[in-house]
Amino acid sequence: MALSGVEIFKLLPKTNCKKCGHPTCLAFAMKLAQRQASLDLCPDVSEEAKKVLGEASAPPIRPVTLGTGDKAVKMGEETVLFRHDKKFVHPCAFAVEVKDSMSDSEINGVVEQVLNSEIDRVGQKLRVDAIFISNASGDAGKFEGVVKAIAAKAPAVPLILSTTNPAAAEAAVKAVADKKPLLYGANESNADAMAGIAKSHKISLGVAATSLDSLTALTEKIKGLGVEDMVMDSGARTAKEMLRDNTYIRRAAVKKGNKSVGYPVISFAQRDDVMLETLIASLGITKYSSIVVLSSVERWKNLALFTLRQNIYTDPQVPLQVEQKIYKIGEPSADAPLMITSNFSLTYFIVSGEIEGSKVPVRLAVMDTEGLSVLTGWAAGKFTASKIAQFIKDSGIENEISHRELIIPGYVSILSGAIEDKLAGWKVTVGPREANGIAVFLKSR
Amino acid sequence: MAFTAPNETYSGKVYQVEAGTEKTFVIGGENVLPFHSFEGNVPNRPVIAYEVQDVPPEDWPDTVKKVYDGVSGNPVTWAKHCQDKLNAKAIALRLIGTHPDRENRSAEEAAATVKEVLAAINVPLIILGSNHIEKDTSVLVAAAEAAKGKNCFIGKALEENYKTIVAACLANNHKLIAMSQLDINLSKQLNILITQMGFDKEKLVTDPMCSALGYGLDYTYSVMERIRLAALTQNDVTMQTPMLGDIGMYAWKVKEASAPESELPIGGSLEPRGIAWETVTAGALMMAGAELLIMRHPESVKALEKFIDELM
Ligand code: B12
Ligand code: SF4
Repeated sequence: MALSGVEIFKLLPKTNCKKCGHPTCLAFAMKLAQRQASLDLCPDVSEEAKKVLGEASAPPIRPVTLGTGDKAVKMGEETVLFRHDKKFVHPCAFAVEVKDSMSDSEINGVVEQVLNSEIDRVGQKLRVDAIFISNASGDAGKFEGVVKAIAAKAPAVPLILSTTNPAAAEAAVKAVADKKPLLYGANESNADAMAGIAKSHKISLGVAATSLDSLTALTEKIKGLGVEDMVMDSGARTAKEMLRDNTYIRRAAVKKGNKSVGYPVISFAQRDDVMLETLIASLGITKYSSIVVLSSVERWKNLALFTLRQNIYTDPQVPLQVEQKIYKIGEPSADAPLMITSNFSLTYFIVSGEIEGSKVPVRLAVMDTEGLSVLTGWAAGKFTASKIAQFIKDSGIENEISHRELIIPGYVSILSGAIEDKLAGWKVTVGPREANGIAVFLKSR
Repeated sequence: MAFTAPNETYSGKVYQVEAGTEKTFVIGGENVLPFHSFEGNVPNRPVIAYEVQDVPPEDWPDTVKKVYDGVSGNPVTWAKHCQDKLNAKAIALRLIGTHPDRENRSAEEAAATVKEVLAAINVPLIILGSNHIEKDTSVLVAAAEAAKGKNCFIGKALEENYKTIVAACLANNHKLIAMSQLDINLSKQLNILITQMGFDKEKLVTDPMCSALGYGLDYTYSVMERIRLAALTQNDVTMQTPMLGDIGMYAWKVKEASAPESELPIGGSLEPRGIAWETVTAGALMMAGAELLIMRHPESVKALEKFIDELM
């Protein structure tokens, strides 16, 4: 829990020596409380105070990283319950389950799907983030073999190793420890051994409980054994339990400062009915899971889930935007058409996608509307005739093209006269309203 | 150590609204966030209504159009099919054919369609206009009269045209759907204007405007969450209406729901992709507070019902 300025003040030397650059210790304490200053500015602060303040300023949900390198997945550090309050921090990771009892070709098939899952949507790279390997066979040697094989085939993909058998865990973790996998499966009966493995290999530990009470007991015990990076499974399996436990956990951590449940959450969405599984995963995305385990990763399902994750995890205050500039689509010659749109990512990607589809080379002028769509930008006074005219003039495009025709979106046809008035020598043409009319429009010119 | 459950107690409650006369449904009534039965009362399941149009669904993508081959030529056979074969709990009749840019059907024709459909079904009927501001006033007034005594949901009343539609619902004793454009303040203001006309606030359903997955869902999601929080935590009586998610119309309009795999290779197989687009849009908005959902594909509805079973 965050401390107030006065509470922090009590822990400072109270000498008002000004070495921290503040007139008094109290002034410095106030800055600390607002997180506008850092404690190391005070050279005389006691070790005891450092410890207390350090714990108090730690995020309510501990940051935990899965894997290494570019594809490492960051989790935790969330601070709110609702996305309109503040941007959710780390998008929830998708992991697909591979059972060590599956045939080699089945396993290879899933690993291939993961390796080929990356897509680009509205400028972001999205992919299946991890492979969840479960020791379904119960055989330690088999588990180790499958883990090694997958790590060799997909060296950069983060792994979650699922077993409750410490012997199987030790062998598998040892084989891939440098990849910082998550070891999932510490429970009441194996906690000591599993914590020992996680600690000696410096990896994070997944805690599998059967209720929130037993979860609390387990995380406290494991922390006491020296493992701090944990991921929690409360035992919730139905949607109802998942919503309840995830909500309780997030509230307890964020609003009550309950450190015992201040770790990322792993949820299990696997269902026989694939559409239901997609919905359970959606629940995980909207309601506080940090990892969602899936039984399969079909492309259509990935696209729907990636898109939902992107929607839920965007900043509600700042729409996704692209840079203001004149984009070349295809290889436009000097007489290729010039079109204008807003810099709202969604607008840009829809429009540029349609232009690409038409195969007609085009210059697309993207104007900064602070991330608002064409119509919203127009209504907000950011996509206006004078701004468009100014942008075209300043862009220097007049030196690059041989014509003076600007194509505007059909929804803002009302602007055409005013733009012509402000852009001497230019002709404005009104394009179709919806982007899906662009290909026909371009081809028929 | 035992875990202390951080329960919330809310001061407000969502109104309960009932539709229909023979078979009926009730939505709302909860005093907690969606499906939070662990800390309060969630007396009713969300209700999914099947969408039916007054004209054939020529503009729907094949994936969902073909499901209604043979029945969708006529709103009566279409609605009966949904009720009898698909076990629809409600029918949402969209009078899209009245739009001046479409078939431009008259208010009288629309009223006749409403009568025929009502005569053929016994589940509650939701009557929707074409969202044309002027035309909807005459169409929905005629529809409300034609449906007198049937306790329908009628919409959508907008800030620009609510007066006549509210009056028609008052005169014919229907429930009203009020829509504003993705803004909590506009939504509140419209509810206030409507109740100032003497319309009972407990007969109102709010549509904060839907948007599809990937196409503004984030806005609808957050506006819904904020409306529901205002209802519960601030006990704001003007925001305590149940909410509508008009899912199918938005979800099936986007590229991901209709582009073949050859055009959208990253999207994989088209059929499940379209169904998933509708399903996920609905599932997410249900978590934000939508409790009446208008949908199109039976597989989407089936998946969502199973999801609700697991959540209740
Ligand atoms: C989401 C939304 C918002 C979001 C903002 C989203 C964003 N990042 O822009 C929020 C909630 C913040 C918002 C705010 C406002 N909004 Co608003 N908003 C919408 C909504 C629902 C969707 C907009 C959207 O995302 N469209 C999707 C994008 C992709 O569309 P697009 O950019 O227009 O691009 C399409 C076409 O124009 C075309 N196209 C684009 N570029 C080009 C280029 C060429 C050459 C061609 C040919 C075609 C083309 O292709 C695209 C796809 O078909 C619309 C209503 C609606 N259903 O359209 C209202 C709407 C745009 N908003 C409106 C208004 C009035 C406002 C506000 C002023 C007031 C308010 N409370 O709503 C504020 C202003 C914002 C501000 N900062 O001051 C009005 C605009 C008024 C008008 N036409 O007269 C609308 C139409 C709603 C309405 N009917 O009242 N809004
Ligand atoms: S440096 Fe430390 S002791 Fe000196 S004024 Fe600042 S807070 Fe107080």
